Amino acid sequence: MTVHEHDVIVVGAGGAGLRAAIAAHEEGADVAMVSKLHPVRSHTGAAEGGINAALREGDDWELHAYDTMKGSDYLGDAAAVETLAQDAPQEVIDLEHWGMPFSREEDGTVSQRPFGGLSFARTTYAGAETGHHMLHTMYEQVVKRGIQVYDEWYVTRLATTDHDEPADRECTGVVGYELRTGEVAGFKARNGVVLATGGPGQAFDHTTNAVSCTGDGQAMAYRAGVPLEDMEFVQFHPTTLPSTGVLISEGVRGEGGILYNSEGERFMFEHGYANNEGELASRDVVSRAELTEVNAGRGVEDEYVYLDMRHLGEERISDRLENIVHLAEDFEGVNAYEEPMPVKPGQHYEMGGIETNENGATLIDGLYAAGECACASVHGANRLGGNALPELLVFGARAGRHAAASDRADAKLETGRTDESEPEENLDAPVEPGAVDAAGGDTAADGGAVASGDVLEGAVAQERQRIEGMLERDDGVNHADIRAEVQQTMTENVNVFREKEGIKKALRDIREARKRYQEVAVSDPSRTYNTDLIHTIETRNIIDVAETIALGALARTEFRGAHWRAEHQERKDDEWLKHTLVSWEEGRPDLWYKPVDLQGENKVYEPKERSY
Amino acid sequence: MSTEQDEPTAETTTDADEAPAQTPGDRRREEKQARMQVTERERAEAAAAADETVQLKVFRFDPEVPEKEEPRFDDFHVPYVQGMTVLDALIYARDEFDSSLTFRHSCRQAVCGSDALFINGSQRLACKTQLSALDAPVRVEPLPHQDVVKDLVVDMEHFYDQMEAVEPYMQSEEFPEGELEEQRQSPENREKIKMSTRCIWCGACMSSCNIAAGDNEYLGPAAINKAYRFAMDEREEDDIKEHRMRIMEQEHGVWRCQTQFSCTEVCPKDIPLTEHIQELKREAVKSNLKFW
Repeated sequence: MTVHEHDVIVVGAGGAGLRAAIAAHEEGADVAMVSKLHPVRSHTGAAEGGINAALREGDDWELHAYDTMKGSDYLGDAAAVETLAQDAPQEVIDLEHWGMPFSREEDGTVSQRPFGGLSFARTTYAGAETGHHMLHTMYEQVVKRGIQVYDEWYVTRLATTDHDEPADRECTGVVGYELRTGEVAGFKARNGVVLATGGPGQAFDHTTNAVSCTGDGQAMAYRAGVPLEDMEFVQFHPTTLPSTGVLISEGVRGEGGILYNSEGERFMFEHGYANNEGELASRDVVSRAELTEVNAGRGVEDEYVYLDMRHLGEERISDRLENIVHLAEDFEGVNAYEEPMPVKPGQHYEMGGIETNENGATLIDGLYAAGECACASVHGANRLGGNALPELLVFGARAGRHAAASDRADAKLETGRTDESEPEENLDAPVEPGAVDAAGGDTAADGGAVASGDVLEGAVAQERQRIEGMLERDDGVNHADIRAEVQQTMTENVNVFREKEGIKKALRDIREARKRYQEVAVSDPSRTYNTDLIHTIETRNIIDVAETIALGALARTEFRGAHWRAEHQERKDDEWLKHTLVSWEEGRPDLWYKPVDLQGENKVYEPKERSY
Repeated sequence: MSTEQDEPTAETTTDADEAPAQTPGDRRREEKQARMQVTERERAEAAAAADETVQLKVFRFDPEVPEKEEPRFDDFHVPYVQGMTVLDALIYARDEFDSSLTFRHSCRQAVCGSDALFINGSQRLACKTQLSALDAPVRVEPLPHQDVVKDLVVDMEHFYDQMEAVEPYMQSEEFPEGELEEQRQSPENREKIKMSTRCIWCGACMSSCNIAAGDNEYLGPAAINKAYRFAMDEREEDDIKEHRMRIMEQEHGVWRCQTQFSCTEVCPKDIPLTEHIQELKREAVKSNLKFW
């Protein structure tokens, strides 16, 4: 059996993974990255708007932290939020020193622009393709440092010990499948594993996310016993192109773009959704406003609204938003210099994720997570635009450093169950969630934990067996059919507007998907570049993650941030100032809660009404 | 296509034909293949009966599957909807007709650079190529001048090697002394390098280049453009620029370019690659490093 051994194994090579690898390397660790894509193909490259960082006079980290906490609807944890705001400026400067081609002011300093929900124009950017430049700049640093990259190796399982209590478990490495050859190999991590696998956008069918964003890391950590936190909080971006879900950056509104409905009304103001901030209200507010307009019969073709930037003038558009003109042309056939762009809300970002502390550590020893797959928690119930990129930098770097040092030191935030956690006892689930057959059925109910001893070898053996099983099975169901059903029910029932019966319908549909997945078969018999197999494994991850989103959405009987419930139209701070956690316990999801940390370094963040 | 890939497969075929005791794997492969062909035909017939379909002729090859070890073209008749791209059609063909149809794709919005293909005889990104702009049947092939791994997937290693050969990372050593202080870069200089920084590493340019096809060591348009991106960036010091020019002037560097503009024509991000190469040639002359 092939085992590749390194100090630190980083899974995923987007922004968070690259940053973690660089940080671990700077600590002197032997680092390797394992990714199902070549690094430059990662979805960080599609991020457009920018990186929030308090760099200038008149701004400071406390303002950034305050805006972030308010944006989170008081579900961010103060220690994580403040860490983000404190570390972001240095991260931006590091990127600049690594050569990132930021947009510049006349004096040569890095430009900043206004973004939704920010009290200061603190969003640094590189045109409307900030993520692309960030991804390439960090990959350049990985090349410079000679960090080993195993690209087009798909990590399918974590190697963890099987102690009864997840908090006693240890992660010693991962199992990977090489696309090119079909080889299954072990990757042993002497010090730590960092998951940086991105979001689960493919749980929805209208999403800005790449087809590769299938929640792999979240699903693997979940099955290994790490709780997923606040998964019901899914961001729907207000400006995506209707036919494809391609993202139109918030930078358009930041530069002065206007939203109007089919009657030509600037509805953010004229219908009172955000009398102060208008188009630059927080993303959840704008998405709901758009759909309310469409539902009231004021949408265009009953589907979308218009985003207009013509008045900005050709020069400003081509200077700061040129990429948007190309996207509108190529993917919607609209000339944005001359016509308004059709836009509607689309799934964009998962606020929740793998529970970590502010150092990126999970409750399993040796297992770290950072970026969209993780939840520290910075974004709480709603992420502000321009906060995802600093998050992946700040927590990617911290996770990398701590993984390199095997360092569990000094975190303010706790992980796992504590005296303060409380169980969910009244969940009205319509079907039994979790594995169809928790005792057997390796494609539908693996636990991710194997006996100690040769933990990694055992995991490799199990994974080989699982993959063989899928390749051997005859007359099965095509994964694409199952995936489409999950995506459709999530988009229909667990979208911007959520109501109890709809969420229950989604849980029933997910249950059906699980049952059908037991019969899934891979038609392509080849060992060479078998994407049929990869997509089949991904689909299992989508099912697990979608279920946690729906369970959280059903449990949370309030309206907070991105989570809107028809039956519960208020934020209920007395009852719900707490995080939702879902733990996979022997094949069954178990819901529980833990309090939010609102105690900052210099102040307590008192929940206030969130208006823009 | 590498001939090395064909040999082991040829042996496998012989084994399967001669040996009465098949391995379970062989049997599985054969049965699945047979089953897939029936379904494929049925679905193709159904699609053909629909109102409007687009015919794709897609290159197929798999060194490991007996039916596909000889390269061939498969026809897919995909129901056409307005705004459909070549990538949309390939995804439809894969999900509805033949799940073994293999191609790279990820972001669907022309930034990940995964799906550069040879479509109706030219290098394009499948995700931003509208079917309505193409003559039918639409011929879809892997990028020329690279080894085919399977179907539309090519080996990108050589491309990556060339990209990395030009030391594609910032090497400036003088940073401002102040804490949290950035290096200054004029908006004009940022504008100068802007187009060069748009490269998404799709490999379309390299595949279109006759020189690269004939000289495997030629750095190629993408790598030279990457070098341009740093050489023109005022944040790097002069001695580093000289170092970069020496790399550009090596035997397989800028002087190989014969300004045929094929790279510029196919670049999906509209990078003026040939101009950048020409400018580096002029810089080389100017810097008086007459190694050539």
